[in-house]
Amino acid sequence: MTDQTVNLHEISQEVPGTAGPARRWHRGLARRGEIVAGGVLVAIVVLIAVIVPLAEPGADTKINPAGGLAAPGAGGLLGTDQLGRDLLARVAVGFRISLSISLGAVVFAVLVGGVLGLIAATSPRALDGFIMRVLDVIMSFPALLLAIVMVALLGPGVVVLLFAIGVVYVPIIARVMRGAALQTAQQAYVESARARGAGRLRILFLHIAPNSLGPLIVQSSILVGLGIILEAGLSFVGLGVQPPTPSLGLLLASGRDYMATSPWVVADPAVAICLAVLGFTLIGDGLQSWLDPQKAAIGR
Amino acid sequence: MIGRRLLIAIPILFVSAIIVFGIIRLVPGDPAAAILGSNASPAAIVALRHQLGLDQPVTTQFFHWLGGALHGDFGQDYVTSESITTEIGARLPITAELAAVSFVLALVVAVPLGVISAVRRDGWLDRFARGVAVLTIALPDFVFGMIGVLVFALKLSLAPTSGFISVPEGGLGENIQSIALPAIALALGLGGVLVRTTRSAMLDVLDADYVRFARASGFGGLTVTFRYALRNAAVPIVTVIGLQLGYLLGGTVVVEQLFSLGGVGQLIVQAMLNRDYPVVQACVLIFVVAFIVASLITDIIYTVLNPRLRKAAA
Repeated sequence: MTDQTVNLHEISQEVPGTAGPARRWHRGLARRGEIVAGGVLVAIVVLIAVIVPLAEPGADTKINPAGGLAAPGAGGLLGTDQLGRDLLARVAVGFRISLSISLGAVVFAVLVGGVLGLIAATSPRALDGFIMRVLDVIMSFPALLLAIVMVALLGPGVVVLLFAIGVVYVPIIARVMRGAALQTAQQAYVESARARGAGRLRILFLHIAPNSLGPLIVQSSILVGLGIILEAGLSFVGLGVQPPTPSLGLLLASGRDYMATSPWVVADPAVAICLAVLGFTLIGDGLQSWLDPQKAAIGR
Repeated sequence: MIGRRLLIAIPILFVSAIIVFGIIRLVPGDPAAAILGSNASPAAIVALRHQLGLDQPVTTQFFHWLGGALHGDFGQDYVTSESITTEIGARLPITAELAAVSFVLALVVAVPLGVISAVRRDGWLDRFARGVAVLTIALPDFVFGMIGVLVFALKLSLAPTSGFISVPEGGLGENIQSIALPAIALALGLGGVLVRTTRSAMLDVLDADYVRFARASGFGGLTVTFRYALRNAAVPIVTVIGLQLGYLLGGTVVVEQLFSLGGVGQLIVQAMLNRDYPVVQACVLIFVVAFIVASLITDIIYTVLNPRLRKAAA
C-alpha cells in the first residue's frame, strides 16, 4: 500500500456520516462480539463432545428397538434414531470424530504447509518457485476430489480422512504463511537481527515465524470449520467415517429415510454441524477484521 | 499475462494427470485378479493382465492412458465392461448443467444482494443478507438439499425427491423441476461467500475519491453504484469466484449423490464403492481439467477487468 492511499483513507474517515469515531467504536465492539460468540459456540460444542460420552459410555451405539424414533423430550434431550440409539450421545461422539479430524487436519497443514511457506518466503527464487508450483498442482484439484483420491489410495477411516483433508489444506496454509512471512521479512527488526549477525534459521523461527502468525491463525480457524463440512460430505456419501462409528455426515445420511416423519433425526446433526462451523467461522471472521480490517470477510 | 497463464496451466495439467494416474496405480491389489474373482486360474489372470496392458512398464501404461485420454478414450470399465468414455459422456451433461445453473444462480442473486447490502449498509436488508450468508457458509450444501427435499418435495410436492429429467425426455419444465432443488442447494454456499465478498469490496470502493467525485459531479445513484463502484469492486469478486469454483465442482459429487442425479459426481462415488479405479481416474481427471480451465477463464476475466495487470506482466 502506498502512502497516498493511506492518506485518502484517513481523509474519508473524517467525512461526517461515513465512519466517525462512534461508528468505529461500534464496529470494534461488533468484532469483539463475533469472537466472543464464536468462542461460546466452540466451547459448547467441545463441552458436549467431552462430557456427554463420559456420562454414559457406549450410549451412542446402544440399540433399543422398542424406543426407536422417539421424539426429543420423550426419548432423551434430542430424541432417538430408527434403532433407538440416543441422538444426543451420537451427536456428541460425532463432534468428537469431526473435531478430531478437522483440528488434526489443520495441525498437520500448519506443520507442513507453515514450514513450506516459511521456507518459500525466505529462499532463493528458484526454490521458492519450485515449492509454490508443486503446491499449485495440489491446488488444481477441487478439495473434495483430492480427498476422494486420497481415500481411494488409503481406504476410508478417521485417520485417512484427517490426512486427506490435511493435504488439501497444506497449499492454502503455505500460501498464507508465505505471504505473511514476506511482509514480516521487510520489517526493521528483522533487518536489525540480521545486522547483529543472527543466523538464517534463528531469523526464520525466532523473528519471522512468530510475527507472521496472525493471518495463519485466522485461516486455521476458518479451515477448521470447512474441515467439519468436508468430513460431513465425505461421510455422507459413504467415503468417510464408516458405520457404526457415528459421524455427523453419517447421521444425516442414515436419517434421510426417516426425515419426513421424524425430522429430528436430521435436524439434530444439521444443527450440530451448523453450531460447530459457525463457531469457528465467527472466530476466524472476528480475528480477521481485528487483524486486517481491509481484507475482512473475503473468502470462507 | 494470458499467454503466461496458459503456459503454466499445461504443465500443471500434465503433473495432475501423473498424480491421478500414479495414486490410482498405488492402490493395493491387482485389478485383473479383482475382476476375475477369487476362483480365477493364474493363467487367466496373466492373460487378462496382458489384455489390459498391466504387464507393460508403468511409463508405457501412463502414456498409453494419457494418449487415449487426450483423444477422449478412457479405456474400459472393469465392472460393467463398457467404454468409460461412453459412460462419462452420458453423465457429463447432467453435471455440467447442475454446475452451470448453480453458478449462474449464485452470481445473479448474490452479487446484486451484496451491492445493495453495501449501499444500504446496516439497513434491514444488509442485516438479513449477512445473516443468511453466514448460515450458508456454516451448513454443508447437502443439508440445504435435504431441507429442500423435506419442504418442497415431500410436504409441498413441487419437485421430485430425486432423479434427473433431461430436456428431450420431459421438456424444459420437468428438466427445471428436477434440477431446481439440487442447483439451489449447491448455489447457496457459493452465494453466501459472494454476498460477503461483494459487500466488503463495494464498501472499500464506495469510500473512494473517484466515487465521491462522480457523485458530486451529479451522476445518479445507480450509475455511480454500477458503472463506477461495482466495476472497480469486481477484481476481488472475481478472485473469490476463482477460489470457490473448486468447492462448487466438489459439491456436485455430494449433491448428485443426495438427489440421485446420475451425473459424473455420482459415478465417481459408485466407482469408489465398487473399487472401479479406472473410472475414478477418468472422472477425477475430468474434474481437474474443468477446474483448471475455469481458473484460467477467471484469470482472463481478471486481466480484462484490471488493465494494470496486463501491463505488469508484459
